[in-house]
Amino acid sequence: MDYFLKLFLGGLTKGSIYALIALGYTMVYGIIQLINFAHGEIYMIGAFTALIAASVLGFLGFSQLAILVLASLVAVIYSAAYGLTVEKVAYKPLRQAPRLSPLISAIGMSIFLQNYVFLAQTSDFLPFPALIPEFDFWAPYAHIISSVELAIILTTAAIMVVLTLLIKFTRMGKAMRATAQDKEMAMLVGVDVDRVISITFIIGSSLAAVGGVLIASRVGQINFYIGFIAGIKAFTAAVLGGIGSIPGAVLGALVLGWTESFATGYVSSDYEDVFAFCLLVFILIFKPAGILGRPDAQKV
Amino acid sequence: MKKTITILVFILVAAAALYFGLRGPEAPETIRIGVAGAHSGDLASYGISALRGAEYVVRQINDRGGILGKQIELVKEDDLCKPEVATNSATKLVSEGIRVVMGHICSGATRTALGIYKPAKVLVMSPSATNPPLTQSGEYPNFFRTIASDDAQARLEVDFAKKRGWTRIAVLHDKGDYGKGLAEYAKGFIEQDPDLELALYEGITPGGVDYSAVVTKLDQAGAQAVIFGGYHPEASKLVSQMRKKKMETVFISDDGVKDDTFIKVAGEFADGVYATGPKDVSTNPRAVEATRAHRETYKSDPGAFYLNACAATTALLNAIERAGGTGDFDALAKVLRTESVETTLGRIRFDERGDAIGVGFSVYQVRNGAYAEVR
Repeated sequence: MDYFLKLFLGGLTKGSIYALIALGYTMVYGIIQLINFAHGEIYMIGAFTALIAASVLGFLGFSQLAILVLASLVAVIYSAAYGLTVEKVAYKPLRQAPRLSPLISAIGMSIFLQNYVFLAQTSDFLPFPALIPEFDFWAPYAHIISSVELAIILTTAAIMVVLTLLIKFTRMGKAMRATAQDKEMAMLVGVDVDRVISITFIIGSSLAAVGGVLIASRVGQINFYIGFIAGIKAFTAAVLGGIGSIPGAVLGALVLGWTESFATGYVSSDYEDVFAFCLLVFILIFKPAGILGRPDAQKV
Repeated sequence: MKKTITILVFILVAAAALYFGLRGPEAPETIRIGVAGAHSGDLASYGISALRGAEYVVRQINDRGGILGKQIELVKEDDLCKPEVATNSATKLVSEGIRVVMGHICSGATRTALGIYKPAKVLVMSPSATNPPLTQSGEYPNFFRTIASDDAQARLEVDFAKKRGWTRIAVLHDKGDYGKGLAEYAKGFIEQDPDLELALYEGITPGGVDYSAVVTKLDQAGAQAVIFGGYHPEASKLVSQMRKKKMETVFISDDGVKDDTFIKVAGEFADGVYATGPKDVSTNPRAVEATRAHRETYKSDPGAFYLNACAATTALLNAIERAGGTGDFDALAKVLRTESVETTLGRIRFDERGDAIGVGFSVYQVRNGAYAEVR
């Protein structure tokens, strides 16, 4: 039971990490039907920014909590700026182009950002400081779930609640839902679609940055390539849950995290990815739009 | 017919005259050692580096008057690192009466050549053939080598764990050629040993976001030590997660982890980690001197197997001296297996299987943020 619980919580942590990144994919897809392949890179840039900010702040003698908050803030702002810039530079000029063009543009952006960080920083792995401290009060349970993992799960849950409230109850949320349903119609009734899209990118990139900070302080190392693998996994999660659907992305990420965790725990980690992708194939056979996705009616 | 016989007799007499004439009274009998390997072709750099090592040692010994009062003569044979050519080279050396060979270079060529040397009871010592079965199959009692075999690190890791009393061992790898190959050897050694128990054997996905599930499984399996085959990025993630979960499991890895980046990235969690790595010979005065001589003679740094070849030649010449010549195969083998000799690779002798003891890898441990050799 103890073993099961550990695997369950491990899967939950992993799923929460995937969810933070998957949300960015799914929100962007929901609004402009674009698979933003550069999203994994935004996550990586978030982690790098936090590392640099944390080093500077640590050098200036700030307390650990201040470093955590400020470094995360810097990472969020910087990544959001990157996300926005990527949107303006690579996607906006292609808004009227066929759907394949922005996709290729996204892949190009991803490669560009990876290599930019590779050249500007280093190809080596860099140690990432443990920004989230080990809480003393949590020590008796640390062998089951560490305080970092706890922090990841709680942060993700909190972000999820805030995001849901934002989309359900604010004017901006309403505008986003309207744009997702029908871009032209939304434009006709006075929604500033360009602004909605920009804000979507900002929110998605901020979430990715938070994910970057959380994961990096858990794993303890980063390099320019981490965005690729995390991005692929999160994209899988988004598709699993139904791309375009926000609760779907979270559910898909959790299912993916648990599948990987239990496959490793009860079968073999050699088949971790095999199980994850078999599950994806199965779900897509029976529910082609994903677990919570709505079937996309072809507009003729 | 009569004419043919006359010609044959004439040739024989001429050959004999030439033979004895060359080894006239002014040139005393020499001790002849075969040096076989790729001296031309794609892999010539390997063979040449070994040949230079042999030449260096022989020059030194000859300058001091040789051994047993005789000068040493090297008989070179080029096998191009090709098994089919190696058969010819071996046949030629055997027919010339060579009893001791330093070579061959490539594992494949060495294996086929051994098929010819074995019935002829020729002693063979390779400076470079790393294929494990060459010694471990027990098929070639006439074969020795001064380089660690491909599975040496796995062997060393398992032996080390056993010596420290860690009998329940888990083996992990990163699914790559290098890591998985090593892990498979380690797994094999653990399974063969009745005292040891394989707790877990798993591959992990390189570059994975986290390894908490496999770490949990490792904890559940109750391993005292874990042997990891792979590189430092995965190793540092595994170690950090293990230590954060308060697991005390000993972490043993390979020369893919014996890298300063590992210590830099894993930080405090790196402390106490064991890793095997190539033995450090830079403080060995013989190695330093041999390297200097190479630079002086050839105006370049020595090639890959130069020092191994120096060591092999020294070991062979020492055995010949102790056994009183090249004739008695059993006496030569006995000296190699029982007597240690100072070489460019340090003090070595050979085990029953023909692998050099004291060559290859050492165990290192991270202490205070640096790797230190475990004595």
